[in-house]
Amino acid sequence: MGSSMTRGDIESLATDFYDLLESFKHAPFYHISFEIFLVLAVIWLVFFRKPRAIEKKLTEREKQELIDEWQPEPLVPPVDPNHPALNVRVLDGIVGKTVEIDGKKSLNFATFNFLNFVGNSRISEKAIQAVQKYGVGSCGPRGFYGTIDIHLELEERLAKFFNCEEGIIYSYGFSTIASIIPAYSKRNDILFVDEGVHYAIQKGVEASRSHVKWFKHNDIQDLERLLAEQEVLDKKNPKKARTIRRFLIIEGLYVNYGDICPLPRMVELKYKYKYRIFIDESVSFGTIGQTGRGVTEYYDIDRQKIDLISSSLEYSIGSIGGFAVGSSFVVDHQRLSAQGYCFSASLPPLLAAAAIEALNIMEEQSTPLFETIMSKSKRLHKKLLSIKGYSVMGDEISPLKHLRLANALNTIGRLEEIVQFAQTRDITITVARYLTDEHLLPEPSIRLILNVEMTDEELEFLCTVLQEALVKVTS
Amino acid sequence: MLASSSSKLSHATLVHRYPPSKLHSEEEMSDTVFSSDENEMNYKRENVTHKDDENLQCEEFEETPLYAAILTYLSYAILCLFGWLRDFLRNSNIEKKRGAVDPNAALGFVPLYQSYESFYTRNMYTRVRDIFNRPIASVPGAQFELTERISDDYNWTYRYTGKTINAINLGSYNYLGFAEKSGPCATDAINALKTYGVSSCNTRIELGTQRYHVELEQLLANFLHVESSIAFGMGFATNALNIPAVASKGDLILSDEMNHISLILGMRLSGASYQTFAHNDMKDLEAKLRAAIVHGHPRTQRPWKKIIIVVEGVYSMEGSICRLPELIALKKKYKAYLYMDEAHSVGAMGKNGRGIMDYFGIDANDVDILMGTFTKSFGSAGGYIAGKKSLIDHIRVNSHANTYASSMSAPVVQQIISSLQLLKRPEGQKRICQLADNTRYFRQKLVDMGFIVYGNKNSPVVPMLIYMPARVTRFNREMLRRGIAVVTVGFPATKLLDARVRFCISAAHTRQMLDTALMAIDEIGTDISLRYSTRHQSRRLREL
Repeated sequence: MGSSMTRGDIESLATDFYDLLESFKHAPFYHISFEIFLVLAVIWLVFFRKPRAIEKKLTEREKQELIDEWQPEPLVPPVDPNHPALNVRVLDGIVGKTVEIDGKKSLNFATFNFLNFVGNSRISEKAIQAVQKYGVGSCGPRGFYGTIDIHLELEERLAKFFNCEEGIIYSYGFSTIASIIPAYSKRNDILFVDEGVHYAIQKGVEASRSHVKWFKHNDIQDLERLLAEQEVLDKKNPKKARTIRRFLIIEGLYVNYGDICPLPRMVELKYKYKYRIFIDESVSFGTIGQTGRGVTEYYDIDRQKIDLISSSLEYSIGSIGGFAVGSSFVVDHQRLSAQGYCFSASLPPLLAAAAIEALNIMEEQSTPLFETIMSKSKRLHKKLLSIKGYSVMGDEISPLKHLRLANALNTIGRLEEIVQFAQTRDITITVARYLTDEHLLPEPSIRLILNVEMTDEELEFLCTVLQEALVKVTS
Repeated sequence: MLASSSSKLSHATLVHRYPPSKLHSEEEMSDTVFSSDENEMNYKRENVTHKDDENLQCEEFEETPLYAAILTYLSYAILCLFGWLRDFLRNSNIEKKRGAVDPNAALGFVPLYQSYESFYTRNMYTRVRDIFNRPIASVPGAQFELTERISDDYNWTYRYTGKTINAINLGSYNYLGFAEKSGPCATDAINALKTYGVSSCNTRIELGTQRYHVELEQLLANFLHVESSIAFGMGFATNALNIPAVASKGDLILSDEMNHISLILGMRLSGASYQTFAHNDMKDLEAKLRAAIVHGHPRTQRPWKKIIIVVEGVYSMEGSICRLPELIALKKKYKAYLYMDEAHSVGAMGKNGRGIMDYFGIDANDVDILMGTFTKSFGSAGGYIAGKKSLIDHIRVNSHANTYASSMSAPVVQQIISSLQLLKRPEGQKRICQLADNTRYFRQKLVDMGFIVYGNKNSPVVPMLIYMPARVTRFNREMLRRGIAVVTVGFPATKLLDARVRFCISAAHTRQMLDTALMAIDEIGTDISLRYSTRHQSRRLREL
């Protein structure tokens, strides 16, 4: 329908409009202000009012119903009764070079007894003397009469061994690095961590709540890339960058891989990008380096350039606990801030005495002992490489190696069969066990550990058995 | 003492923290008279009976007197002022800078420590450093030898004179007196050393499980009347590494505000949400339980998968005991689970030394997860978790400590086994009774003298309030001069106002040792005016 406006229509519209304006002029003031207020109210209602959240007001009866209906999950889910944790091998006697299981003795290539200090009579003697002087437990944390003079002696000895200013000891290997990292690194700080670090370090990193940047295992290029990215971010906000601490967390010799970290380049980058280095030398202490002083000695790097070296007393030293060494400035902070140190009972004195004696033996035997272990590791490495069908992971001088089946055959089931077969031939080895929530779960492997007192024949025998096992498993 | 997160306090909260109406003086109390008007000098006279049924929940937390609160704040303010003055002098090179220096400072590295943390360490902690970390040179029994150390530069460095000071030990956790260097437990430990060596260098899941670990766990389960248990090498790690195995994202943990830091670390690492409820306040807990079930997760509104209540048996800084019967009732009503940390109560509480459940006469299976340590009552080291077999199997499979941490050392395990076996015999019973007697005697005397003592009458942890930092330090040094070693704690281990001395009673203390200590406390208490209590009349020891 055509709606063309005739001249008359336009005229009437204009008249109406004029009348409207005139009426405004004549209307009383209150009327106009009321109308303006109404218009404004409509505009506000339509455009600006936020819808108020409808509050859930439940009645008491509804609340009680909800409470009655709620069903929690069972406290723990059911577990697989065949899980290896529920079917462990129970040992008897001293777990040294040989181990006794169900009355049978077998060669031990599974425990972290690198220097064969377990069962050492000198160490046991000193531990017995400590029990006769101090009893067994220390009955308190370090701050409240749990500091025994033997702890102070051990800390001094460790610091002197590493030629550092100060040492500090912890009563549990796992808690050492897991308490150290959160003591220094807080919410705003950045941690550059190798992906292959062991679980305790992962827990320490998690507990610190810092920003974590994982770089590929032993991959310096990846680390440099991350550092360069961070530098770019720093330049954008230099004021904030001046308050962010940076740390590099690596291991000397990785427990999960058996290889050594590329330390020299990391120390160079330290001065370029201004981060501090914390090395966890749990495995490398007492195994590599000419006098067993770890990866800094192996690469001939000045230990003053490393901010903190932490390690465990549970591997080469054959005791229990952990320690850290470094400059006084760095280490002293832990005495008030590391939770595993301040809030936990101190190390039982007999274990400290055992550690001191082990350190004595290490210093007495020095170079010959460590050259032996490094050369035996090399020999074992060559022998293992010669068995076709296995891939060997780990540095050649590392006494800790990971053994895998070549290509797609590598499953936990097959590795367990190899372990069981080896047990029937009186060789004790073990599959490396991990929890499922590791940051980067390593491939299944057998963790082989060399004891310095193993003879060449015994190493030969090990390889023979491994060869036979391989045949059995792959047939 | 360490730089932990700041504690939010208001003066009003503290003075009225435990108003008289909250005093748990219900039907379980014997004849006691309390006046509603605190200014009246009413004193308590109690019948010290040996029946465990009466007075089980008798706890007292007297309020901070106003003048003490004001003076304490003033003390800290003066310390701060002096701290700023000294820092100014040090920074302008008028005074020599002491303490270690960052070797990387000049090279453009970001400072390693925040300045306010080190302000506290430099200016307050270092002044009184000599009262902490005192080294000992003997077994930490009822009496021990402290190595004498002297500082020539106001606690920045020490030198050891080579002499030792003999002192009565009121600081070590030695409740049943098992810290001994001779006797059946020590002999057994030495035999274990000869048979098994010091350590086995491996984890429990791989090749670290020895026969004595299995034996310990069975013995412990029998002792506690539960199905099964698992033991670890460190008490702190038992909490921190096993709570993640039990709780996870989607769960809610309700924890008492005074819980130990290992529990808090475990809760954080587990990924579950956690809320705190007021200390030992069952009404607050019930309200939070109801709110949690009704509203679910605060943001997503999803119902919680499960709710776990975490409490301690005996709280080591407060001396209070958890209200177990009410907790069990609540947990059953709201279908929650209960985790009880009996670090200080296993061995020390209860007729048979089985802990808080024994103390209240409750079946052990009512508590879902029982945790405890061996350091305090068994003279050894380590921790355990006990409960149903399904729970323990789950922990074996999922625990961080079981998979990655070294198994316990043989002599340490043997000490626990020997002490557990000893507890079943009359000699063990004697120790438990001796501890209960010593505790009640010591606490009663302190209260009668007019000191403010917190906590439950039967708890062997006896905190006595001193409030002012200078008095705390003076008390500690004076006690040592009289041959008694005590533990004093202040901020930040406790709230800013509540600096205190914490006595740990042991079964090995003789009546004579306790009397010596009480005389010393009486003298020093008069010298530096520590008799703050307005509920109990101040009296000298000789009047009692």
